[in-house]
Amino acid sequence: MSTTPTETGSPKRRLGDLVFANLTRAAGLTILVTLAGVALFLTIQGIPGLTAGPADLKGHANFLGYVAPLVFGTLLAAVIALLIALPLAIGVALSVSHYAPRSVSIVIGYLVDLLAAVPSVVYGLWGIGFLGPRLVPVYQWLADHLGFIPFFSGPASNTGRTIMTASIVLAIMVLPIITAISREIFVQTPRLNEEAALALGATRWEMIRLAVLPYARSGIVSAAMLGLGRALGETMAVAMVLSASGIVTWDLISNTNPSTIAANIALTFADATGVQRNALIASGLVLFVITFAVNFGARSVVARYETGSPR
Amino acid sequence: MAKSIDISDLNIYYGDFLAVEGVTMTIPARSVTALIGPSGCGKSTFLRTLNRMHEVIPGARVEGKVSVDGQSLYDAAVDPVEVRRMVGMVFQRPNPFPTMSIYENVLAGLRLNNKRLSRSDADATVERALQGANLWNEVKDRLNKPGMGLSGGQQQRLCIARAIAVEPQVLLMDEPCSALDPISTSAIEDLIHELKSDYTIVIVTHNMQQAARVSEDTAFFNLAGAGKPGRLIEMNPTKKIFSVPDEEATEAYISGRFG
Repeated sequence: MSTTPTETGSPKRRLGDLVFANLTRAAGLTILVTLAGVALFLTIQGIPGLTAGPADLKGHANFLGYVAPLVFGTLLAAVIALLIALPLAIGVALSVSHYAPRSVSIVIGYLVDLLAAVPSVVYGLWGIGFLGPRLVPVYQWLADHLGFIPFFSGPASNTGRTIMTASIVLAIMVLPIITAISREIFVQTPRLNEEAALALGATRWEMIRLAVLPYARSGIVSAAMLGLGRALGETMAVAMVLSASGIVTWDLISNTNPSTIAANIALTFADATGVQRNALIASGLVLFVITFAVNFGARSVVARYETGSPR
Repeated sequence: MAKSIDISDLNIYYGDFLAVEGVTMTIPARSVTALIGPSGCGKSTFLRTLNRMHEVIPGARVEGKVSVDGQSLYDAAVDPVEVRRMVGMVFQRPNPFPTMSIYENVLAGLRLNNKRLSRSDADATVERALQGANLWNEVKDRLNKPGMGLSGGQQQRLCIARAIAVEPQVLLMDEPCSALDPISTSAIEDLIHELKSDYTIVIVTHNMQQAARVSEDTAFFNLAGAGKPGRLIEMNPTKKIFSVPDEEATEAYISGRFG
């Protein structure tokens, strides 16, 4: 495969270069092969599921009717999680990069990274045993006072195992990656640009608005998309926290919640047989496609920003 | 609008390190004062204390007095943000805001001071500032293009336009031509000549010909050795500095015998 012609005048090809070039090439190819393998598996195993009947689809007439509520739940939970996590992550990243004294910011940065090391099962337990019950009064209040908003129409859950709770847990889980990437980019803001803003008489916040955020814009988008990707695929915590009934509803605080693709697979795969399994794998294929679409979307957004502002 | 600056017994520290020691000088209004001296002698550091930009560096602090037209810059009640709105600054390398158009770059400082700006006022300010920076004719047809699309010299004039758009009293320039080619440098020097009728200008430069060309007064900074604080050796009219300086060290530096 290494048939690229060498430059004339340097006939000697060093063994080390050759070995290293092929090693890296092989590493790169591994990614492609793995990805293709996963896609192939999902497609082949999923196809029989696409034509499954109501008996294998929990009573849904066809696969589309089966997977649509799951897609809805997946997107809803991930988007809410992102809405909660993104402002928080940007705030944490900014305080670490531009506000906190050095010693404090190192500790905060370390603690945030530590959040990423907590296993998702632990988040699940925490969601069920701690967060959920404590949110019950909040949900009750929301249902009583803001019930006219479809999101809070209730009746409020008495266990707290709602899609809202699941989204909050998800938000905490995606917080570290968004924070870490944003922080990396915030600290790379060219000093020249920051000083330009300060010399004009900008306060620290104005300096951040003038110099840091515009510079970091594309990075924040990619960070958010990576976080969204993680939230879409997160399985265990959602499976544990959510009391799912597989319906489509905008009500975020009730006992009946839409499930997510990943949680549904985790909860039902062990008991599934035959075509039921194929249907589950097909739903996995749908998730795969969604995550792919999110990533491509993020790339195109980033690319657009970058061409819009030549560096 | 232009004001004179009085500095007395100014010591500048980075943490415990005394970087510049005992500077006393008066910078006259509506005139160009050049700061020259070898690298590390503290002239840029000193320049930054005139608009409190040194405070951006953790641990940097000053002792002594700096006042612009009688108003002390270091009173406890004085907000550095206010100081910087009064004392504008142009940096060594052009630094327009990369995501902003030429138009928005010029207005950046004004938008901070005063959020509500009518379209006609904004247009007038942009034209006045760009005229003032000798850039208007080159960019008037592409005001909405990004500022980063300009050449280095044009970017530097854009930064000057941005600084004068807020009508400061003093304009500080930290080696404004060191990243520019001779033609752009000459354009900036012409501009400095024009600006001094309205502004008090303090310019740091490594180029002694430039100091001789643009300034009325020149201050020579030097340091006794590595790790020693920088000091003001001599400040005199530029003509005198470059012909019969009072100090031996100045003579030696200017004639190229050291530094």
